[in-house]
Amino acid sequence: MTSQLPTPSHTVGPFYGYALPFEGGGEMAPPGHASAITLHGCVYDGEGEPVPDALLEFWQGEGLPGSLHRNGVDFTGFGRVATDAAGHWTVHTLAPRTPYISVCVFARGLTHHLFTRAYVNDGPDTLLDALPPERRETLLAQGGEGRTYRFDIRLQGEGETVFLDFR
Amino acid sequence: MTLNQSDIDTEVSAIREAYEKARAGGAPVAHHPPRDYAPYRSSVLRHPKQPLVAIAGDPEAMELTGPVFGATDVGDLDNDLTRRHTGEPLGERITVSGRLLDSAGRPVRGQLIEVWQANASGRYPHQRDQHQAPLDPNFTGTGRMLTSEADGSYSFTTIKPGAYPWRNHENAWRPAHIHFSLFGTAFTQRLITQMYFPGDPLFAYDPILQSVTDEAARARLVATYDHALSRPEFSLGYRWDIVLDGPSATWIEEGR
Repeated sequence: MTSQLPTPSHTVGPFYGYALPFEGGGEMAPPGHASAITLHGCVYDGEGEPVPDALLEFWQGEGLPGSLHRNGVDFTGFGRVATDAAGHWTVHTLAPRTPYISVCVFARGLTHHLFTRAYVNDGPDTLLDALPPERRETLLAQGGEGRTYRFDIRLQGEGETVFLDFR
Repeated sequence: MTLNQSDIDTEVSAIREAYEKARAGGAPVAHHPPRDYAPYRSSVLRHPKQPLVAIAGDPEAMELTGPVFGATDVGDLDNDLTRRHTGEPLGERITVSGRLLDSAGRPVRGQLIEVWQANASGRYPHQRDQHQAPLDPNFTGTGRMLTSEADGSYSFTTIKPGAYPWRNHENAWRPAHIHFSLFGTAFTQRLITQMYFPGDPLFAYDPILQSVTDEAARARLVATYDHALSRPEFSLGYRWDIVLDGPSATWIEEGR
């Protein structure tokens, strides 16, 4: 086997909206499922302005391995949503068996996507426990009414979200 | 003060010279663009300033598995962008083929590839694209396919996209390109990138392409014209292989 050099990453740009989002992309869980949760939040830039052209993907390594299809019955481990004009996004999924849901952020201006994790359940956790308190805080989704969790993503600056590098 | 092309060119050159100097001093090759690349102005407020936190040697990390897309995710005509409407699109018909590989050169099989692009006039069917070029009622510019179970290859038919202006700086034009979205066998291999066409005179002026500072890495974003892929009386052929990066922990020898 020959060693191959990687294809460089490039921005998703602003004009992906007619191509990548798909119907039901945020509906990872079938409606009415007993352990369904709603995860939502906003994406902000370094000046605290909402990012209206971000795309987020979600991955939970359980249930069906992934699919763009939503049949209303099965849980699919993959979700994809775009932010709205206010930088807001929402996914409906199941409470994860692991403490977290994996999140990948794409946007105009990001030359490379960013990985993070939305922790729905607090530790103990290897990653969380290694972070100083103010950085740990950025990965914790805040529980609200009706099984909703809020997870804001700050790309830069005060309260900058912890982003991950897999080695 | 309006930012013009020569301002951008000066910044691009300075970053490239600093990279080449660092390389001469023993710095590693940068296969990917830096997250902060000021000539591409949108990057300035959108890249993290804190170092990324390394996840190393955690075999339980969920990101080391990946979504697995099935045949039902893709329809028979989805890899022909010229067949999404009833009429024939305008422009030069092309066929793009290549292989999806991992860093060891192994085919990455059965994985979803999504593509999107502007039409032959350089216009996206997007509300915020206000370029005064015509929309094509017979071309939307989206397609998807799964890589072959035999050798990780893909192929699609489309129209060669046009160059278009954007607002990074005065007189900013993007070279013709096709956007690619790729999955591998782990979420960590996820890649979004762009394929360019050989010999485009706009390469040197585009801060998005130039954000890949390493010349050899930048060249890997450019497809090759392949006459053997051209189809008689139908289309011109381009070849573009794609290699997915990923942590060493990703790779499973069996079943690949």
